Amino acid sequence: MKLPPGRRRYGSVTENMLHLVLFSVFGLICVAGAINLLVQTHPINSALSLVVVMGSLAVEYLLLGAEFVAAVQVIVYAGAIMVLFVFVIMLLNAGAEERSKGSIVALMLGVPGMLVGSILTAWILVKHSGTQPVALGALPGHPKDIAQLLFHDFLLPFEVTSILVLIAIMGSVVLASRPESIEKTKKEN
Amino acid sequence: MVPLSYYLVLSGILFACGVTGFLIKRNIITIFMSIELMLNGVNLSFVAFAAQWHALSGQVFVFFVMVVAAAEAAVGLAIIIAVFRTRETLNVDKVDLLKL
Repeated sequence: MKLPPGRRRYGSVTENMLHLVLFSVFGLICVAGAINLLVQTHPINSALSLVVVMGSLAVEYLLLGAEFVAAVQVIVYAGAIMVLFVFVIMLLNAGAEERSKGSIVALMLGVPGMLVGSILTAWILVKHSGTQPVALGALPGHPKDIAQLLFHDFLLPFEVTSILVLIAIMGSVVLASRPESIEKTKKEN
Repeated sequence: MVPLSYYLVLSGILFACGVTGFLIKRNIITIFMSIELMLNGVNLSFVAFAAQWHALSGQVFVFFVMVVAAAEAAVGLAIIIAVFRTRETLNVDKVDLLKL
């Protein structure tokens, strides 16, 4: 069978089993990290479980064949953003959070309601979505193609995001600096 | 082969965890982390759909989402530092006035 360029043939049975096993293992790690983020009271524990979530999501991207996104996920999310979070937690010397008392009625109604709603949604998605299975490494992600998209087809959004990042840098410097130091700089000029 | 719906369910679970954390957490930094969790869930569904339709532009969209998330994290954490400096607390229940 002739396949269109960049489209992979569906793999063998062992490959499919391996794909499913890897997906399940890292999906479970991912969900466990997300739930641990909610359960922990100290923000540093939450931050570290978020790193676990992002790392296992990077593996899920690799399974889908999106090597570029997996690399960016590890470098930008698990690297830069989480370091920023941990840095701020340590800078502010944040302690364990004080839990405020929620209403019991909301707990009694909300938790079963959420469970029923999510199970129903998942069941509809799994049974009636009408989508096809995704093969292992289905995305044809050559770096050259992505670069062509990023720097040619999506050039304007790319430049706009660069301006956005520039504004964000300036904004965070102004917001995080002490008011006295801004006054001092004004006087010096 | 994994059905696309499994990826969508995983992304939905992550998004739901993010929403729950946003609602029940009282520490402003943890609330911010829940927002990042929601963004990650959306990214996973983007990549899953891109893999389904063999469309590379989904990956580029994820890249843009990540850039916006990074900018948002930088500005948001700067705001958190400014709030902490004036209020000396990270509890959102105690940050309930707009004026300083």
